[in-house]
Amino acid sequence: MGRAGTIARRTFMVGSVAVMSGVAFGYYMYRKPGPNPLLDDLKEGEAALTPYVLINASGITLITPRADSGQGAYSVQAMMIAEELDVDMDQVSVSPGVPSPAYYNTALAAESAPFRPTDRSTMANTTRGVMDAVMKFMGMQLTGGSTTVPDGYEKLRMAGAVARETLKLAAGKRTGQDPKKMTTERAHVILPDGTRIAYTDLAVEAAQIEPVDHLALRHHSKWRIMGTPQQRLDIVAKSTGTQRYGIDFEPEGVVHATVRTNPRKGGVMNGFDATNAKAMRGVKQVLPITGGVAVVADNTWRAFAAAEAIDIDWGAAPYQPEMDAHWQALSDSFNDDHLDSRKRDDGDVDAAFEGTTEVVEAEYRAPYLAHAPLEPSNATVLVDDDRVDVWSGTQVPRFVQANLAKLTGINVDNIHVHVQMMGGSFGQRLEDDVERQATEIAMQMKGTPVKLTYRREEDMTHDHPRQIAMARGRGVVKDGKVHALDLGIAMPSVMSSQMGRQGWSVPGPDLQIVAGAWEQPLSIPNYRVSGYRAPELAPVSSWRSVGASTNGFFHDVFLDELIHAAGADPMEERLRLMWHKPSRQVLEAVAEMSDWATKPGEGRGRGVAFCTSFGVPVAEVIDVTATPDGIRIDNVWVAAEVGRVIDPVNFENLVQGGVIFALGHAINCEITYADGMAEQDNFYAFEGLRMRQAPVIEVRGLENDIHVRGMGEPMVPPAAAALSNAIFAATGQRIREMPMNRHIDFV
Amino acid sequence: MKLTVDGNPHDVDVEEDMPLLWLLRDELGYKGVKYGCGVAQCGACTVHLDGVAVRSCQTWAADAEGAEITTIEGLGTPDALHAVQEAWIAHQVAQCGYCQSGQIMQAASLLAETPAPTDDQIDEAMSGNLCRCGTYPRIRAAVKTAAAKLSEV
Repeated sequence: MGRAGTIARRTFMVGSVAVMSGVAFGYYMYRKPGPNPLLDDLKEGEAALTPYVLINASGITLITPRADSGQGAYSVQAMMIAEELDVDMDQVSVSPGVPSPAYYNTALAAESAPFRPTDRSTMANTTRGVMDAVMKFMGMQLTGGSTTVPDGYEKLRMAGAVARETLKLAAGKRTGQDPKKMTTERAHVILPDGTRIAYTDLAVEAAQIEPVDHLALRHHSKWRIMGTPQQRLDIVAKSTGTQRYGIDFEPEGVVHATVRTNPRKGGVMNGFDATNAKAMRGVKQVLPITGGVAVVADNTWRAFAAAEAIDIDWGAAPYQPEMDAHWQALSDSFNDDHLDSRKRDDGDVDAAFEGTTEVVEAEYRAPYLAHAPLEPSNATVLVDDDRVDVWSGTQVPRFVQANLAKLTGINVDNIHVHVQMMGGSFGQRLEDDVERQATEIAMQMKGTPVKLTYRREEDMTHDHPRQIAMARGRGVVKDGKVHALDLGIAMPSVMSSQMGRQGWSVPGPDLQIVAGAWEQPLSIPNYRVSGYRAPELAPVSSWRSVGASTNGFFHDVFLDELIHAAGADPMEERLRLMWHKPSRQVLEAVAEMSDWATKPGEGRGRGVAFCTSFGVPVAEVIDVTATPDGIRIDNVWVAAEVGRVIDPVNFENLVQGGVIFALGHAINCEITYADGMAEQDNFYAFEGLRMRQAPVIEVRGLENDIHVRGMGEPMVPPAAAALSNAIFAATGQRIREMPMNRHIDFV
Repeated sequence: MKLTVDGNPHDVDVEEDMPLLWLLRDELGYKGVKYGCGVAQCGACTVHLDGVAVRSCQTWAADAEGAEITTIEGLGTPDALHAVQEAWIAHQVAQCGYCQSGQIMQAASLLAETPAPTDDQIDEAMSGNLCRCGTYPRIRAAVKTAAAKLSEV
């Protein structure tokens, strides 16, 4: 946490404030959707000061409130501030700051608005603005939805610019010289005669000055840091074992705990016998918690071993205990009673099927998937009479704060969340079971810091997985073209399940049910996408790319089937149908990168897929070889339109990782339930891709669109579709279900 | 029982069947060693036992008695990097970084045994180490860079 942890909430009320003999800069953020909201129509009363730059005599700290689960969020946020502040990356430290409404996520709200990302109409933009205000009201400081860059792109740069200009004013006041004639570089103000004054030396004086507001941001052609590869701030620590994660945090006097809760998630515990466990070496306590039991010991392994030695009588699952019933519930949802949205209904779909005998029909399935970040769930909590401290890698510090206040009865202002580096997340750390459970234990051991670590088996079987989903497509081709595409998608509502656990209802349609399908920029003459809301089954949660993780597969594989039926070329027909220019350009890019026109040789197959999700159009081409030992994935070419690539090296790494993540799960991962319990409890049953299976991946980021987008998630949805389409090209076998190893072997 | 970790002698009193992983992390405070699966499926806990890569979650305290253990923090430090760590930094391998301690220890062990590995040998040696973020392309490249660097000296 460092110095930033001491910023008091009241400091958000004023322009720039002295903080521990230093200064915290913010800027005024206004509700005004559009390309340059900061320059026009500034209103009073809408202000939320957002301090991102903290300077005192000992140094400069940049506040990077979006959590880092490995995507390089801290570095990329720091780059955006540093660009305008005129500091270099080796001169700053970063801190995630404290949970505060000031750090609400603008871009997440925009993404929640029910408009296609390609829709730039007044109505769409106004609605995005209203959502923005709602989010501000709720103070949703959330990391997710690939929003870190779009959310920070203007406000973090502006925070840097405001601080820079205010420091120049302070230098002017001190020297009597004209700030307009000063420049800045490497954390110094340079006077006209070349004299350099360090920012750290000006901090206290700057704190007395009303900060500058109307500022123009620098054109990207003038950038020094953004757009250029930077050494990630955490790269040395992560290459030397010196990076500390939540699981490594150990305050003085810490005790080690683990829990077992009902593997039929949400079910009760009828009773337990811990006689054997209590007699084991190092065991301090065995304590009941909601739905289960905790063991506290002097060593994590001793806690694990004792937990496994407890006999527990579990209650029934509060959902269908067997898998067949889950699939049946989805299958039974394709009807008007369950219709949740039909926001794509172009042409006259019903008429297109009339009198046609040759209807192409197909059904697709996608399984539950665990998040399984490599760092198992953990949290350290210290409860005192009137204060709670929590150290954990969380994407939702404000939720944690609110929930622990409710749980302990302690005022929310006295719940201190210290966000830790995460060893992966993929959406898992949007849930806060582990923080709640650690607090339940710590409430029974006041004054003692309790570190709760899940066994891998607890983590995998108690994960709130990706939704299960099913799709049914009907289509017609005519004159060698796709003439009608009618896709229905059924799944339980992820948003309803996830937000329900936070005590919130989600009114209206859940657009995640059709995300990655309904908003595709295709001009098919008769084109319909219907979302069907299945009843709640096992609890589910956001998994990297959420609805699009299943729907990108369904939509594009079905499109590929229609293109095949039409006898058209998969690339040419997609290009013909794609009306949105930046989307066409990503397809053209992968066609060129893969040399699409030259077909791969005997026994090989090439597939293309396209999906726009989170506003990012992505095209992927995959080459496979059908070997005697199974399918080998040879090459992947990816092109993505992100508006602006902030760090080219981190971009390439995240894109490659997103593709590998998607392919591994598509090939061999699923969570299935038997007797209400997840059947996969460790990586031998949930493997993902190993290095020997990893293809060569070539990446290109395009910068044709005006909107800057995040890219943590959008690489995932097209990958499984491109793989399925490539396998069809190589073997003639159409894979319509994940994991694909249910139907075909892989090397 | 006695053992040496990163050059430091230790004398501990633990169960014979305590995994070396937890002896290192919880009893002796070597937090660079990571817990991922506990069943030798992910490789995050990889350390060197007398110079050879082992999964510390499936190595018992009794097996480590009298042994020289090297963890990621003993392989090299930010001020005195091992060639493999240097290559990992040059290629900006890490995303979340949680598996990388184990990846680096596995790679260092491979290169100690096979100084100029082929692509297949790299894939074979490294396939027991899971990376959930999918940094495999960079790991491959970094192993090759480290091999080249080590063959210079």
